[in-house]
Amino acid sequence: MTSATDANHEFRLELDGITKIYPSVIANEDVSLNVKRGEIHAVLGENGAGKSTLMKMIYGVSHPDSGQIKWEGEIVHVENPAHARSLGIGMVFQHFSLFETLNVVENVALALPGSPDLKALAGQITEVSNRYGLPVDPQRLVHALSVGERQRVEIIRCLLQNPKLLIMDEPTSVLTPQAVRKLFDTLRQLADEGCSILYISHKLDEIQELCHTATVLRDGKVTGTCIPSEETPKSMARLMIGKELPVPEHAAPESLGEVRLRLNGLSRTSDDPFGTDLQNIDLEVSSGEILGIAGVSGNGQQELLYALSGEEPIAEADAIEICGQAAGRDTPDQRRRHGMGFVPEERLGRGAVPQMSLTENALLTAHYARMLKRGMIQFERIAEFARKCIDQFNVKCGGENAAARSLSGGNLQKFIMGREILLAPDLLVVAQPTWGVDVGAAAFIRQELIDLRKQGTAILVISEELEELFEISDRIAVIANGRLSPAKKLADTNIDEIGVWMSGMWDPAPTEATAS
Amino acid sequence: MIRLEPRAEASQVMSYASPLIAIVLMLIGGMLLFVFLGKNPIEGFRIFFISPISDLYGISELLLKATPLMLCAVGLAIGFRANVWNIGAEGQLIVGAICASAVALYFYESETSRFIVLTIMVLAGAIGGMLWAAVPALLKTTFNTNEILVSLMLVYVAQLLVSWLVHGPMMDPDGFNFPQSRLFEDSALLPMLIDGTRLNLAFMMALAALVMGYIFMYRSFAGFQLQVAGYAKDAARYAGFSAKRMIWIGLLTGGAMAGLAGMSEVSGPMGQITDNVSNGYGFAAIIVAFVARLNPVGIFFASLLMALLYLGGEQAQQYMNLPSSIANVFQGMLLLFLLGSDVFINYRVRWKKEATA
Repeated sequence: MTSATDANHEFRLELDGITKIYPSVIANEDVSLNVKRGEIHAVLGENGAGKSTLMKMIYGVSHPDSGQIKWEGEIVHVENPAHARSLGIGMVFQHFSLFETLNVVENVALALPGSPDLKALAGQITEVSNRYGLPVDPQRLVHALSVGERQRVEIIRCLLQNPKLLIMDEPTSVLTPQAVRKLFDTLRQLADEGCSILYISHKLDEIQELCHTATVLRDGKVTGTCIPSEETPKSMARLMIGKELPVPEHAAPESLGEVRLRLNGLSRTSDDPFGTDLQNIDLEVSSGEILGIAGVSGNGQQELLYALSGEEPIAEADAIEICGQAAGRDTPDQRRRHGMGFVPEERLGRGAVPQMSLTENALLTAHYARMLKRGMIQFERIAEFARKCIDQFNVKCGGENAAARSLSGGNLQKFIMGREILLAPDLLVVAQPTWGVDVGAAAFIRQELIDLRKQGTAILVISEELEELFEISDRIAVIANGRLSPAKKLADTNIDEIGVWMSGMWDPAPTEATAS
Repeated sequence: MIRLEPRAEASQVMSYASPLIAIVLMLIGGMLLFVFLGKNPIEGFRIFFISPISDLYGISELLLKATPLMLCAVGLAIGFRANVWNIGAEGQLIVGAICASAVALYFYESETSRFIVLTIMVLAGAIGGMLWAAVPALLKTTFNTNEILVSLMLVYVAQLLVSWLVHGPMMDPDGFNFPQSRLFEDSALLPMLIDGTRLNLAFMMALAALVMGYIFMYRSFAGFQLQVAGYAKDAARYAGFSAKRMIWIGLLTGGAMAGLAGMSEVSGPMGQITDNVSNGYGFAAIIVAFVARLNPVGIFFASLLMALLYLGGEQAQQYMNLPSSIANVFQGMLLLFLLGSDVFINYRVRWKKEATA
């Protein structure tokens, strides 16, 4: 591999034996990979496999403990991101670093050295955006931009510096399927012009479609290199997770029972000036079905979830009916007593208290299940409940006394999920059930949801992962700009249609109202 | 170059070691202080820390001084665990003392039994403290004011209130215009525990409060809710624990305990109310609560230490010609070093070699 350091340096970037050790974990161990000029190179791996750590070292955010980085055939120490940019390395982060109160030109200017002329810069931005099909108005304020547009600003900001290597960290996680298409076109055009691209993702189908080569990481180590077009998603998944990818079985929907959750024209003005107002949302979820709500993040999911859970109760009691009771004004506590369970998207700090043990965290919502006696905690009962949850839901941890923060994201999610399921809710509302969870645990969680549905629980899942919703839902609806589309039976729709809906365009006069 | 680097995991060892390190540093700092003041540090140490507790009377005085500290600190700790920052225990203590004194003076020469008078005084003290603490609670829950500022400012209101009372309505009619009340009758005084000392029943009340505080914090659901609110506000909201209820519980318990401490002072060693009722116990108790890591067992020992600083200060005043504020200097050093050592719970020191990358 190192023989390639000849005069014309075929490889733009070579990593050789990169190791990075953090106090509690080896993030990267002896990682080597080479990127050619004009190549779209995938770095594939599950969450926590060490992809981001590796990219941060290339971009100079952190430094390897051992191993070397060669740039165009020469050994370099990338001191910091400014140094990386001067070498010609650009990076688009998963979480954007834009100032919401500034406009596009000002944001771009901040990343450039010196104080550039804003007028000329605006012209350059328009030019680049036209050339690569990245339409953006340089004068708009960032907070008014959609997530996809913000990403374009980040990409343009990199492109203005004529990078020779562009690093994209999970770029599609916030995009609609149509926006993903457009992004791929741009990336292909860039590659054709000789720019190398490091594309980080855990989405196998995207990598297959876009990338020339792929390096697969697992537990910080390279487990293989492949040419994605010659592989199947299955074979790449095996490299990524080390075993076959389990597929949840999804039986045909059985006859539906009574309505367990009904929203009657739920509206709510967001407290957050940059939040989304909920507008007149109607929805029904019945016993024995899973209703999925798709949508690009920031379209009202947060606001809807807060209203549903009761963390932000609303003024109209009958806008939310839980198991037949008008519950709009009820607290989360009271809603649980009506039979609702709720799994929030943030696990640490909301679904669980990081510093507390799993036993104590079980008490957080299970306290009304006869865990108290005259205001005193029945520690034996609650520990038993926690042990049951750990066993049944396969939570890998140091026992029921382990602190919640000592668990990995996936295991904590299994625990929280298990806690809510063991309370036998009549209605379960779940946000991002498998966000940041590894593939194996994700399949397990989805199977649990499907099993729970079979037992007659009404389930509402809000997720940004379309594939997931198509895997487990019986009906699917889309939230966009705080409005909710009609729900369609899974058989009557497809990813493309839902993708169009995600941009807010469904029939103005819904022909097919929610199945009531 | 020295750098502070966040620890991946908060250090368990440091979280218990830091109060001890702070105590050691305070002792070293104190010795240096004696040297700078031209005193013999060894002699200073002996006078400050050994001689006050070298006999039974000394020890009884130590427990006597520790009593209001324990009461105040255990109440404060319950609120602090929920991030309810009641800084006004001093004021709540004063108002508790006022209410208890009002009862004592009301029953003056009434021949009512001691049990009844003392019971009503205990209740009045606790209720007085609660009322004073209810002001920041009400303002916080309705207008979202900052309880730190409101409770602190009310301390000064309470001090002026007691000063007005002992110069006016509560002044001893036969007291030659001294700003103090009548001396209470025996029926309004707490019974002594050991003959020949001033240690009284309030100490047992303080011990009981510590035990009950422990049970409340670690065994009751309400204590659990407070702890959750302190660790993770969003998790408390997710679970449906009412934030307002936490604020009320936190402040009212702190107020009740401080009020009780005030009662124990006027009904114990003072035997009357003056405009100098508190001695700074309400503020010192904040330090006690933090040195104790908000734990009742820790509060017991930290209160003893803090009481020793009070006694040592008095001794230093007597035998070393040092100003009375010397005790405050020691208290201040203790808190400063504690906050300093607490940094190392979450951070570690790195001597970084430059430019390795």
